[in-house]
Amino acid sequence: MSAPKSSFRPFRPSGAERSDRAAGDRTRHRQKVRESIRDNIADIVAEESIIGQDRDRVIKVPIRGIREYKFVYGDNTPNVGEGDEEVAEGQVIGRKPGTGQRPGKAGDQPGVDYYETDVTLDELVEIMFEDLQLPDLERKKLREVDAERQSKRKGYRSRGVRVHLDKRETVRAKLRRQLAAARGGGTGPADEDPERFTFHDSDLTFRHRVPETRPESNAAVICIMDTSGSMDTMKKYLARSFFFLLYQFIHTKYRRVEVAFVAHHTTAREVTEEEFFHKGEAGGTLISSGYQRALEIIEARYHPSLWNVYAFHCSDGDNFDSDNPAALRLAQELAATCNLFGYGEIKPLGTRHYESSMLGMFRRLEADNFQTVLIESREDVWPSFRALLAKDRAVK
Amino acid sequence: MAEAFDLADLHRWDDRIRERVAAFGLDCFPQEFEVCDHHQMLGYMAYSGMPSHYPHWSYGKSYEKLKTLYDYGVTGLPYEMVINSNPSIAYLMRDNSLLLQILTIAHVYGHNDFFKNNATFRGTRPEYVLATFKAQARRIRSYVEDPSIGVDEVESVLDAAHALAFQCRRNLAVRPATSAAGDDGAYRVPAAPDEDLLLFLRDHNPALSDWQRDLLSIVHETTQYFIPQIETKIMNEGWATFWHKRILDSIDLPDGLRLEFLVRHNQVVRPTPGSLNPYHLGLRIWERIAGVDGADQPVDPKVFAVREADRDTAFVRRHLDEELVRELNLFEFVERGDQIVVTRVADRDGWKQVRETLLRSIGTSSMPVIRVIDADYLGRRSLYLRHEHDGRDLSLEAAEKTLAYVYRLWQRDVVLETELRGKRRLLAFGSSGFADRALDTTTS
Repeated sequence: MSAPKSSFRPFRPSGAERSDRAAGDRTRHRQKVRESIRDNIADIVAEESIIGQDRDRVIKVPIRGIREYKFVYGDNTPNVGEGDEEVAEGQVIGRKPGTGQRPGKAGDQPGVDYYETDVTLDELVEIMFEDLQLPDLERKKLREVDAERQSKRKGYRSRGVRVHLDKRETVRAKLRRQLAAARGGGTGPADEDPERFTFHDSDLTFRHRVPETRPESNAAVICIMDTSGSMDTMKKYLARSFFFLLYQFIHTKYRRVEVAFVAHHTTAREVTEEEFFHKGEAGGTLISSGYQRALEIIEARYHPSLWNVYAFHCSDGDNFDSDNPAALRLAQELAATCNLFGYGEIKPLGTRHYESSMLGMFRRLEADNFQTVLIESREDVWPSFRALLAKDRAVK
Repeated sequence: MAEAFDLADLHRWDDRIRERVAAFGLDCFPQEFEVCDHHQMLGYMAYSGMPSHYPHWSYGKSYEKLKTLYDYGVTGLPYEMVINSNPSIAYLMRDNSLLLQILTIAHVYGHNDFFKNNATFRGTRPEYVLATFKAQARRIRSYVEDPSIGVDEVESVLDAAHALAFQCRRNLAVRPATSAAGDDGAYRVPAAPDEDLLLFLRDHNPALSDWQRDLLSIVHETTQYFIPQIETKIMNEGWATFWHKRILDSIDLPDGLRLEFLVRHNQVVRPTPGSLNPYHLGLRIWERIAGVDGADQPVDPKVFAVREADRDTAFVRRHLDEELVRELNLFEFVERGDQIVVTRVADRDGWKQVRETLLRSIGTSSMPVIRVIDADYLGRRSLYLRHEHDGRDLSLEAAEKTLAYVYRLWQRDVVLETELRGKRRLLAFGSSGFADRALDTTTS
């Protein structure tokens, strides 16, 4: 008895395209990965050295919550393998790879409490700032900004380049001509086969595009950092983490925002982004110098009648006592000038009680748009960053 | 690939193969082959080969993983993917060479015969498999699209159900006890320790809604479909390999194809050092039973009886003897820290133990047995589960996370009795989270 003849279904390419059946589940999975990253962002910011890294750099991010658990045996469960040669008892035949595959099993085995995924810093930053906005962006005098490489449709033209050919409009033009010709009793151009009514050059219709300009608010961000000797490595690290977040955030969200960096100890100067994030300095602290310089920059380049100005300052608060009145006065002035003025005090745990603080001093400052945050450890960086940007919206 | 071929070629070779299949006495369901490309293949693989399957993010995850491994050349795609249905369906990747298509076709008939005749697959209702999966997919989609349920709710149940899916009866021939009266005459739930965790949760948690119960049934049914395959992996792959070898040896392959066949066949049955290749192990055991070591010898008809009656555990226990264990250089290993250490080799004293270890690591034996003991523990409607400890400890971390899923479905406190490092423990999961305490033996 021979089996009934088997059937062969040929390959259907259209079926192959349609059959991207996993698309929905893949999207859902990626969504879960993103959610998991977002939930763990405080840890990632605290643990990863993302500061000053290239935006294309790939970071390993732990993913929790989307592992699939089952009841399984623990690691000390014996297994059987086969060898191509004799092995002896007690012989070490290999190493367990970190998170990769163990012999004969899929990499999906338990043992590690979470698994990692690779994201580029760019993606990470995007996920981090998804729901944050610069507070109170006012529509000050708008400036016409060329939105780069963007254009919009504006009607049709009878001439144009091939890629702009609008097939639908072309066919309509031809149909119009055909109907008109029929009504007129003719059949179209005389040299043509009467059965066919062909396209004519005059039917060709092209989409017309004009470069787009759109108004955009002007915004400038002034980053002021204390680089005095009392800012030890840890404090600088925390301050830079904070500014790094701020800088990445602004870059992600606002293409046309200008950023100025001010580093100060007893004197202040404007520095480049590179210097700001990578260079250390030493000396005493005159906070007023930084504010003074910031006000000068604003005066010179970002007049508040035209610009939304944001100023952020990070310091350990260890200011010369004699400078405090001046600092307070200038802070008041900055708050009056800027949309938002934020002060972050870096006080690693344990140092709080024997060092002076500007927080108490700034408490006297009366301004709605002045915010202070206290950063005590790496874990605080992300929450205080969010607080700074979110608080103001709550006021609004 | 080397030579072009078309459907006519496939038909021609298929005719010759089927002629051999019939001559060898294999007994198959009607077979359908579908030619696909590697995208489709990845799609089929992610969904266990099913043409339709309900959606869940975990399949997207497995697709991504397969695709990454494939794109980076870490793994190739399997030559064969067969669905246990009637008619049986198999996929042929169009980018494969002609020889690989011939090899796959021959191999597929081996699986087909196995599906149709092995006792483990009785009750899989192969005529309805595709329709069942399709209907399940439709129901789950309707819950996802129902505005009063939605994808998050459905996933919440499916995530938990997937975690517990294999906590079910492994041998479907053994019927569960049905009487509700215990030895002492008192009514208890369950009457006897119950292994079908999902079904138990479905039937005994009155707070679940109908659609939640339906999801549990669906996941349970899906698992039931796969259990026979898991339970016969070594036999099934060995059987298909055994026959594809004999078929291809007897259909007069031209020299070029013949050479490629030898290469491919050896790749399939290559022992993987430090691990186990079921194709290789299965093939060697079948050859032992058939009393052959080459292609030309007559096959002992006993093989047909064995393929009908056995599952992997019986197959290995009965037919993997000392000589074969030694020939295959089987050994037992364990992970110590990050090292893999050989703990026992197949010498005169050790081979039996090596086989025992093997028996416990194949199929569902590699998964812990957990039974529902009491649905009203301490009179508080807590669920009392017991891990049937057989010398292997549970992974505590996985147990904690999985208990959370049981809690999600039971919606009341859940405890799991187990043994960790020689001590009885009671793992509990409830509204206040996870707790692990020593079990006071006087109360149990």
